[in-house]
Amino acid sequence: MSLHAGIDVEVTDVVELNALVKRFHFARPDGQPLPAFSGGSHIVIEMQDGTLRRRTPYSLSSSPFDTRDYQVSIRRDDQGRGGSLYMHRGVVAGTRMRISPPANLFPLDQRAPRHLMLAGGIGITPFMAQTAQLALTGGECELHYGVRNRSLGAYLDELSARLGPRLHVYEDEAGERMDLDRLLSSQPTGTHLYVCGPTPMIEAVLAKAAKHAWPAAHLHYEHFAKAPPGEPFTVRLQASDRTVEVGAEQSMLEAIEAAGVEAPYLCRGGACGQCETRVLSLEGELLHADHWLDEKERAAGEKIMPCVSRCRGTVVLER
Amino acid sequence: MATPATALPFRDETFRDDFTFRNSPQTVRRAPFPFDKDSYMYAVNMELHRDGRPDTAFEHPIDVDEHYVAEMRDRALVLDEDPLRCQSLPHMELAGWDTLELLMTSKAASYPEWFSLSRDGNAWHWINRPMGIEQRFTFGDATTLPYGPLEYITRQAQGDFCVLDERQGNLWMDAGMVTTQADWSLDFDIGMNFFEWHAPVPLAHELGIFERALKYLLAVQQANPARRLNWTMTVNPRLDTSPENYHRWGPENTHITAENVADKLFLRIELQSFWRLPRSNAILFPIRCYFLSMRDLTTVPKWSARMHRVLRSLPPELATYKGLDNFRDIAIDYLAGFDDGRATSEGAFPD
Repeated sequence: MSLHAGIDVEVTDVVELNALVKRFHFARPDGQPLPAFSGGSHIVIEMQDGTLRRRTPYSLSSSPFDTRDYQVSIRRDDQGRGGSLYMHRGVVAGTRMRISPPANLFPLDQRAPRHLMLAGGIGITPFMAQTAQLALTGGECELHYGVRNRSLGAYLDELSARLGPRLHVYEDEAGERMDLDRLLSSQPTGTHLYVCGPTPMIEAVLAKAAKHAWPAAHLHYEHFAKAPPGEPFTVRLQASDRTVEVGAEQSMLEAIEAAGVEAPYLCRGGACGQCETRVLSLEGELLHADHWLDEKERAAGEKIMPCVSRCRGTVVLER
Repeated sequence: MATPATALPFRDETFRDDFTFRNSPQTVRRAPFPFDKDSYMYAVNMELHRDGRPDTAFEHPIDVDEHYVAEMRDRALVLDEDPLRCQSLPHMELAGWDTLELLMTSKAASYPEWFSLSRDGNAWHWINRPMGIEQRFTFGDATTLPYGPLEYITRQAQGDFCVLDERQGNLWMDAGMVTTQADWSLDFDIGMNFFEWHAPVPLAHELGIFERALKYLLAVQQANPARRLNWTMTVNPRLDTSPENYHRWGPENTHITAENVADKLFLRIELQSFWRLPRSNAILFPIRCYFLSMRDLTTVPKWSARMHRVLRSLPPELATYKGLDNFRDIAIDYLAGFDDGRATSEGAFPD
C-alpha cells in the first residue's frame, strides 16, 4: 500500500496506564464508527512534528467488535526517534490527527483449536485485541505475559478479568521467567503460537519452537521494532530524479515521502517487504535494521528496506 | 415482504435452454471490454478498484445491471441441483459476515432506489426490492438468516465469489459461491492455495506472473480494493459452464457456424475484484461475468476491430487453454468484415 486514503480522527481521551505507557483513543469527529478490523491489526499514525512528518505504526489494543473508537497503547521511548515522545508530550484530548485504515500482519489463524500467546512488555498490545476477539468468537487461548514489574504491566487487571486462570504473568525484577521448554513441549497438537515482544525474546521463542519441532506454519510473530535514529545521510532517487537528505531523527522512507515521492509501504517496521527497494550504487555502508532481507541478501547489498534501514554516506536507489 | 418491483428495469430472460438473454444497446456500451490494445498476453494487469466513469461497469464498486434478477434465478436453479456450488470451511464464517456487510452497504449506497439497509447495533434490516426480499436479522447470528451469511448474500449478488483466507504468506480458497464460472470448480479447488488453483494456466508460470500477483494481492488493504479483467469465449450465453455440467455445454463448442456465429458466440468478460475483509482479514474475490455477442461487438466499431486483431494474434497455447479452437477461425472470418484496418484509439472504452 502506498499513500492510502487516511482517516481524519480526533483524540477523545488520553489515559496514563502507568509511568511509561499512555493509551490514546481516536474517534471520528462526526461520531460515526471507524472501520471494523481483525485482532492483531495496526494503524499508522501521522504526526506533524515541527517540519518532520512522521508515520509510525501502532497495534490496535481495543476490541475489533467495538469501533466507536480505536485505542493504541504507546510506551514512551526516550532513546527513539521521537514519535512516542511526540505522542506523550504533544497529543491531548481534542487533538486532530490522521491515521491509516487498519492492516493486519499478525492475524490469528482462525483454524486453530487453541492459541498460545507470549507477550513481552508493550508487545501485549496486539493480544489485547486478539483476546477480545476470541472472547466473543469463542476460541481457546492462553496468554503468558512478561513484565518488568507489576506496576509497569499494562492491562493486568483487564486481562485477569478476561482470561482468569488462562493469564500467566512473569515479573522480571522478581526473577520470574517463562519456562519455554515446558510450555512448548506440553501443548496439544494443533496449537498455534503467537509471540510479540523485544527481538531477543522472539528469537529465543522461535529457537525453542524449532527445538521442539513445531511446524513453521503454526508460528506467528510480530517484531515491534521502530525505525532507529542515526547519523544523517544522503539518498539519490534515480527514477524520481531527486536528492534527499535524511535527518538524524527521520526514517529514509519519511524523507522520501517528504520529497513528494510516493513509495509503497505497509508495516513501516521492516517486516512485510512492501517497501523493498533496489540499491543501484553506494558510497559508504548500508545499515540494515529490518527483519525481511536474509543474510545472503544483506551481504549482496542490492536491496534495502527504507522504512527502518539507514546508510552511512550516500546511496543511490532505483525509486 | 417488500413488493416485487415489476416496473424496475430488469430483464426477464434465461441463460439455459431457450437462451433468451439479450443486452440492451446501453448495456453493450457500458461493458468492461477487456482489451486496451490490439493484442493480448498475460500480465499482472491489476489496478485500483475506484468508483469510475458514469455509465460503465466501473461506476459503482459492486455493479448491478439489467440482468440482475434473471442471473439470480439461474443461480437458484444451479444450487437446487448442486448445493456444493456454495461452500464455506468452518473457520470462514466471520468472512461470510464481512462479505454480507460489504455487499449490503455497497449496494444500498450505490442503488438506494433498489436496496436499503438500516442498522441499529447488530439488529439489521435489509430490503432488496428487485428480488422482493425483506429481512430483519442479527448481524453475527447465522440462525437469524435462512442460509449462512455468505450463501444468503451471494444468492442476491451477480457474479461468483471466492473468499480467500490469508495464512503463511499465501491465499487459500476456503469458501465461495461459484455458479457462473468459466470451466473451474469450487468443489475441486476448495482448500487449495493460490499456486495450486492456478496450476493449470499455461505460460503465466514461466513469466513469474503468479508470484507478482500474489504479492500484489497480499498488499490489498481495506482502503484500496483492486481489480483486473480476464476473458474467454462461450457458445450461447450460458452462465454455468462448469466442469460438473460439461456434458451439457461441452458439445455446443462444435455448433458454431458462419451462419450463427454473430448471435451464438459470446465474448465472456470477467471483472475480477479484490477486497480486504475487515474482521476476518480474508480477501473477497468476486468474479463478475459479462456477455457480449459477436453482433453486440460490431455495434462498437473499435471493439469488433480489436477483437478481430486479438483473436488473429493470440498464441495457440492460450487459444487452446481458453477452449477457442473449435470456433476461433469462424469468429476471425466474421469479425474481419468489421475491421477496416485503421488504427484504434487508446484505451478500452468505446469512441
